[in-house]
Amino acid sequence: MKEKTAIQEFVKGIWDENPVLVQLLGLCPTLAVTVSAENGLAMGLAATFVLLSSSFLVSMFRKVIPGQVRIAAYIVIIATFVTIADRFLAAFAPDISKSLGPFIPLIIVNCMILGRQEAFSSKNGIWRSLMDALGMGLGFTLTLLVLSSIREILGSGTWFGMNIMGESFSPWGVMILPPGAFFALGCLIAGANWINSRRKA
Amino acid sequence: MNNTAKIIIVLTLITVISGAVLAVLDGYTKPRIDAYKNKVMNEAIHEVLPQNVKVKTIKKTVKENGEELEYVFYEAKKNDQIVAYAFQVAGGGFQSELVIMVSVTPDFSEIINAKILAQVETPGLGTKIENDPSNKDNPTWFIDQFKGLKINPEITYVKNAKPSGNTEIQAITGATISSAAIVRILNTEIKKAKTVLDK
Repeated sequence: MKEKTAIQEFVKGIWDENPVLVQLLGLCPTLAVTVSAENGLAMGLAATFVLLSSSFLVSMFRKVIPGQVRIAAYIVIIATFVTIADRFLAAFAPDISKSLGPFIPLIIVNCMILGRQEAFSSKNGIWRSLMDALGMGLGFTLTLLVLSSIREILGSGTWFGMNIMGESFSPWGVMILPPGAFFALGCLIAGANWINSRRKA
Repeated sequence: MNNTAKIIIVLTLITVISGAVLAVLDGYTKPRIDAYKNKVMNEAIHEVLPQNVKVKTIKKTVKENGEELEYVFYEAKKNDQIVAYAFQVAGGGFQSELVIMVSVTPDFSEIINAKILAQVETPGLGTKIENDPSNKDNPTWFIDQFKGLKINPEITYVKNAKPSGNTEIQAITGATISSAAIVRILNTEIKKAKTVLDK
């Protein structure tokens, strides 16, 4: 197989290997925090920050970290950046920090992030790892933004807190409850698969 | 270098550096986080207490099941007369801990005001205890019902009906458990607070 260029590494995360829609990774925060577009965007950006920083360090030290303890080393690196993101949000964006609750600390166990370290950063150079992380992070953020927008618009009649559905719209309460997350995500994944199967055909 | 030594050195280095980075970060963000918590707390105290009062903090410790618990009361005085007490009460809601700042008359017979400090109830249903976007004129109608509510003999709630009597409130449709939890917390905790303060 021909090696991909850095740009291709970046682009693949947005659609072809989208962490949520195609790899089905990081579903826990995806389902749990996407009740409003603001939450979805904040979670996506926080995870992207952690992914970028971790990929950078893991790729930089990939020849130094012994294979037997690589997972432990990755987890410590990831946990450090997650704590930085968590404390930073608590200090500078307390409202978002409050509404995301325990899901910021839980980025530590987001499979997407550990998965990229194991599958990519530990085998590739810094530049390519950064492009891969940026693409995956962007794919994750965009998916969360779309999912949370659908849920907020249908479930609350608002988008980023702005009332956009008009007075006569009666919100579908179920969309901001946990089942709504599964309905919306299921439809998104089905849509992505449908588009992909049409493209291949 | 032998492999075992390398493993130990690399892991130790990573964790030490990580710890150092986080220690520096904590020193930098902790004052901001604490300042924010204090600000929220102060705002809540002043929001539930009457205006233009002098606030004094009273701390009481009680032994409960072998544990020392600290109760903090905010005593509001106007012209040397105690006009209100404010304090924090907490208890389990539908799926999260509900923390409420409440102010009562000096004899603990009537709620002056109440404000929800923390809740992570079901979005769109239980969260209406704090903010109900479906009621555009008064999104805080639920918690506002507690203003001037009599505590004795006990607070009760009705469903889908206008409350009658001065100890009754209307529960939120679709969030009865959250509504009932607030009533229960206020019923038990205000009486408990009075016994602590009288000690």
